[in-house]
Amino acid sequence: MPKKKLLLKNKKSLNSTAMQIQIKKFYYGDIPEEKSSAPSTPVTRDEHEWPLWEVFIRSKQGLDHKHVGSLHATDAEMAIKNARDVYTRRQEGISIWVVESKNLHASNPDDAAMLYDPAADKIYRHPSFYNLPEEVKHM
Amino acid sequence: MNAHLDYVLHLADTTLVLAQRNSEWCGHGPILEQDIAITNISLDLLGQARNYYQHAASLINTANPNAQADEDSLAYLRDEREFKNPLLVELEKGDWAKTTLRQFLFSVFQDLQLKRLLHSTDTQIAAIAEKSLKETAYHIAWSSEWVIRLGDGTPESHSRMVTALNEVWEFTGGLFVPAPYELQLAGTIAADVSQLEKPWTETVSNVLEEATLSLPGKTFMQQSGKTGIHTEAMGYILAEMQSLKRSLPTATW
Repeated sequence: MPKKKLLLKNKKSLNSTAMQIQIKKFYYGDIPEEKSSAPSTPVTRDEHEWPLWEVFIRSKQGLDHKHVGSLHATDAEMAIKNARDVYTRRQEGISIWVVESKNLHASNPDDAAMLYDPAADKIYRHPSFYNLPEEVKHM
Repeated sequence: MNAHLDYVLHLADTTLVLAQRNSEWCGHGPILEQDIAITNISLDLLGQARNYYQHAASLINTANPNAQADEDSLAYLRDEREFKNPLLVELEKGDWAKTTLRQFLFSVFQDLQLKRLLHSTDTQIAAIAEKSLKETAYHIAWSSEWVIRLGDGTPESHSRMVTALNEVWEFTGGLFVPAPYELQLAGTIAADVSQLEKPWTETVSNVLEEATLSLPGKTFMQQSGKTGIHTEAMGYILAEMQSLKRSLPTATW
């Protein structure tokens, strides 16, 4: 399971960075309501409430999994079944990914100016100055 | 011909009545996602029932061109004694443990039955079986997971599963006792259900074991539903399901 190892490794290095510079942690789904920094520990929930999962579906024609929404489930297996029942009832997909929402980290909307605006005047980064060969697909 | 029609109606009634029972969870599921899951299953079963009823109607209309039978008249205008579903599917939905356990016990049976119906000499039945098997595979996966989850869960969920098992068990035996119309057609149009008990018990006991539940011992088994004799629960289902059609016969959506 090389993938799992890689994930763990990343997590470790993230943690060590966190010790040097204080990283504010954002949970996906926290942002829309609060638009501000989320606490670094998850908000304590009612223990009877099932964890939240984000669902990604790949459609028949699609090449990538797209985020379609979220749902509650007790574990990954149930999350996939729930996703099948909630999000593929109308033949929307042929493959499902789920990830627990708390494991998704999001950029802070307040940082948008710093993060994204600098790219605005760098049009030379767009591939519009090249002629794409016919064989290149999915661009 | 009569046995043939009875058999198709038996398959139709079985799936319709369980669809109706499961649909009672609509808007009342323990959590939104599971509310959708159980009603999806209900819709799968309803779709199967419609296929069987349409087939039954065409059998009736072919034999008697003036009959004008259709899926609605067969589902809504027949009385309790004419319904040929086994008792297991008409039992009240109970709590989530009972609903998921009953679904599991039924789906394992249905899967075995449909696999045999793939070879039915009635090609329409064989075609419906082929389509339904994919749905049933999911019903087994979904319901067995719940039986295991609750059986091997908290003391509360375990005791609910035990209660459900005790309530439901005596109604499982009837699945494997062929009605006269089944006996007559076994091996040709119909599946020989008497052969299904062994593989059914094997699958069921494996899942129950994982759920830390023990397979009930040999006991008295109810077995009358397929011949039209039902429990007291049946009249209530039909009353709810048929009253609109009967009081407003020309109503449309």
